[in-house]
Amino acid sequence: MISILHSAFDPWKAISQHQEQMQRDGQYGACATFIGTMRDINEGDAVNAMVLEHYPGMTEKHLQKIVAQAEEKWSLLDTLIIHRVGELLPNDPIVLVAVWSAHRKDAFEACRFMMEDLKSKAPFWKKERLAADDQQTEKNRWVKKNTSGY
Amino acid sequence: MTHSKNENSMSIKVLYFASLKEQLGRSSEELNSADISTVADVWQQVSSGYDVSQSVLHSVNQEYAELSTPVKPGDEVAFFPPVTGG
Repeated sequence: MISILHSAFDPWKAISQHQEQMQRDGQYGACATFIGTMRDINEGDAVNAMVLEHYPGMTEKHLQKIVAQAEEKWSLLDTLIIHRVGELLPNDPIVLVAVWSAHRKDAFEACRFMMEDLKSKAPFWKKERLAADDQQTEKNRWVKKNTSGY
Repeated sequence: MTHSKNENSMSIKVLYFASLKEQLGRSSEELNSADISTVADVWQQVSSGYDVSQSVLHSVNQEYAELSTPVKPGDEVAFFPPVTGG
């Protein structure tokens, strides 16, 4: 399942709710998850908030492609991707990738693959709201590039 | 300017996102498809007169494309900076 959410979510609840409705009891022996959370500092600057923009339509299409590629490469029972858009505050979850499989190799490797592909290709953009030097005003800054995860 | 159905069917929809949208000062526009055969032709038309210093990615119909990818009437072409989600 793929969801783009405009308001805050609880990734731990989302995982357990998804697992309950999977109806795969007794089949999965492994679940690997990645949760990305907003930090309050980036490149040495205090970040007050962040706005996540996306390309509606292409985003969903690209995430579906990532899932299809992972399902082709590994033996998976189910996948869940949730990504936030809109305004986020420090400590807000940004992204969740969860993968269920019979054995750990498939879950671990597919989760990593999906997360890295999402980071490098899914059309999302982060704009940070930074505290300015005088601590009274704020300035906006687009994040230029994601760091390599490997 | 009003668009008749016929004119619309001859047009190409162009979208911009994130910092590029801010640099160009617009989020979308319709281009007449005459004289356009590739993504490079679209980019040349829409970026002329602007100093776009950053690297730009492009898609056709919501899939990543090359500058040489063909573009036809009715297509949706998008330009955007490197992605920073996750």
